[in-house]
Amino acid sequence: MKVSFRSTASVLATLALALGGLVAVGTPAQAALPKGCKTLSLGFFGALTGDAGNLGKNISQGAELAVAQYGLKASKVKVDFVSFDSQGDPAQAPGLAQSAIKNKCLVGIIGPAFSGESMAANPIFQRGGLSIITPSATNPALSQQGWKIFHRALGTDAIQGSMGAKYIKAVLKPSKVAVIDDASEYGKGLATVVATSLGSLVVTRTSLDPKSPDFSSTISQIKSGGADVVYYGGYYAEAGRLAKQLKDAGVTATFMSGDGTLDPGFVTAGGSATDGAVVTCACAPIDTTKVGRAFKAAYKARFGVKDGTYSPEAFDATNFFLAAIKSGKTTRASINAYVSTKSWVGITKTLKFSKIGEVSGGAIFAYVYKGGQNTASLIK
Amino acid sequence: MNFSTLTSQFGALTFDGLVLGAIYALVALGYTLVYGVLRLINFAHSEIFMLGTFGALLSAHAIGLNAESAPRSGLALIGTFLLVTIVAMAISGLAAVLLERIAYRGLRRRGAGRLTVLISAIGASLFLQEAVALWRGRNYETFPRFLEKEVWFTLFGADIRSDKVLILVSAALMMIALERFVSVTRLGRGIRAVAQNQDTSVLMGVNIDRVVTLTFLIGGLMAGFAGSLNQVYFEQTRFSIGIVLGVKAFTAAVLGGIGNLRGALLGGLVLGVVESYGAAIFGGSWKDVVAFVILVLVLMFRPSGLLGETLQKARA
Repeated sequence: MKVSFRSTASVLATLALALGGLVAVGTPAQAALPKGCKTLSLGFFGALTGDAGNLGKNISQGAELAVAQYGLKASKVKVDFVSFDSQGDPAQAPGLAQSAIKNKCLVGIIGPAFSGESMAANPIFQRGGLSIITPSATNPALSQQGWKIFHRALGTDAIQGSMGAKYIKAVLKPSKVAVIDDASEYGKGLATVVATSLGSLVVTRTSLDPKSPDFSSTISQIKSGGADVVYYGGYYAEAGRLAKQLKDAGVTATFMSGDGTLDPGFVTAGGSATDGAVVTCACAPIDTTKVGRAFKAAYKARFGVKDGTYSPEAFDATNFFLAAIKSGKTTRASINAYVSTKSWVGITKTLKFSKIGEVSGGAIFAYVYKGGQNTASLIK
Repeated sequence: MNFSTLTSQFGALTFDGLVLGAIYALVALGYTLVYGVLRLINFAHSEIFMLGTFGALLSAHAIGLNAESAPRSGLALIGTFLLVTIVAMAISGLAAVLLERIAYRGLRRRGAGRLTVLISAIGASLFLQEAVALWRGRNYETFPRFLEKEVWFTLFGADIRSDKVLILVSAALMMIALERFVSVTRLGRGIRAVAQNQDTSVLMGVNIDRVVTLTFLIGGLMAGFAGSLNQVYFEQTRFSIGIVLGVKAFTAAVLGGIGNLRGALLGGLVLGVVESYGAAIFGGSWKDVVAFVILVLVLMFRPSGLLGETLQKARA
């Protein structure tokens, strides 16, 4: 095998030299890389700056860590890591996706991080045959578009929303619920699933303006409805502000929200008003396993900060791509075929995708806040 | 559409609207003064407000307040509030004066067109935002709570809460003081003279540069005051906090009649209350739509705003 591999490679190398001298003389023999590439690249696609930059950074660093760990071990094919900073903006996503598919050495994308930008960028990745595994975009509609390159490493908002509603009914047992959202694709989608699942328990259903510092009229609405639980679909900064303004207004209802709120920024903004708050997430708590703790330590050592929401999911998604490369797959098509059919035992779960790219067993966890810290439990 | 909140929470919505409106009005004064004197819409005024919020935040940090520190009471409370507010006002006032020196004065001396000055204003606004974003980062920073938010009593369903009362009362005092200053003092007369006719006031011996500096300084002081109150109320700030508030305050100034001090006050309060009702009826995400529809309607029937009068015609 080895001999035949070498000879194929050298034939290819000679061919490439003859064709245009693209392979440098003296490069060790390698697996057949795309023409003109010395290494393969894996890319992160999502917000690194902008309002939601925190969320993207967690994901990008999780992916970067996986690539760096791969680089430490001897391997036939070198892999490097590139980023595409979309600022979470669907308007910027198509242009970036175009430049991504033009890069022939790029064979896999970890992302796009958000649902809005996924809708804009994924058709372009599909055209370029570039395989993607998103560790965070949770809008259910994404897997219904017929994209062959789409894979999702966690459960959708449809599952998160209905499990959230289940938690409300089984654990919090309220008589009235207020369901609020930030009118975004993500927040409204998630809140709508929760409201539908709760049915007649919902007495207040409205959207607020996340750009406004003042939620007093929404709070008056919640007060006039008299809810015991306030569910908010949206992101951490507004969730914290809403929780705080609710508490200051004398509302004692339990505050609950989704994965967009699972960020230290929630406690920064909400302070002691986050005590008792419940946040659902498709992200598994990983500190109970040995591999999970090893990941946390390695992350801290490399970046000097703690890992965040969806860092472990990004790490798993990247390792799945790296496993494909390790098994000798070096083209976009063969890598997509590998991740679509094979499985990978990661630190959060075993990644095994269905025909439409959904992961099996997308469990949802409830994170309960106390004193600025949270403890997770599986919602059954 | 849902009128049940409006009817059951009418008192609370009105009171909350007035509190927010008081902050709008303080910022609106800066737009209106500068417009009255220079016929310039100072689009960087929202960033002067933003710098004021940071002035309050940093001075609170400097005296050892943080997220864990307990609320203060008595003299310590008054002292803390005064210190934080004075620092915020000083920083905003200084920034406004510098802004005028750097971004506007040169253009004004060369007789540049209005559009040129407007572009300079937008440039200054972006510069200040991004400079603060690079300096402090893009995330929200939390302002420590030194005033306990305590509900004293309930009036017509409205929670009369300590911080809201502080905002309403102090904003009202500030505006009365400003109104007196402009209509009674010699410096105030200078402002009104320049607003009426620049050339004539120069002939009458008014130092126009000094008046313009003074105008920017007053606008900045008011914005800094609003920044401090905003921090006490919302306890959050970041580089982009001025954008939405600036648009609202500008709207308030136009609504009341731009160039008119009392108009800014009325416009701010009306806008705050209308927004509050609108959000209760149509939902919070429709708040701005309601506010701007009202603005368009008012301007259709009263193009010069509710009070219409300009600074130049203000009685002395």
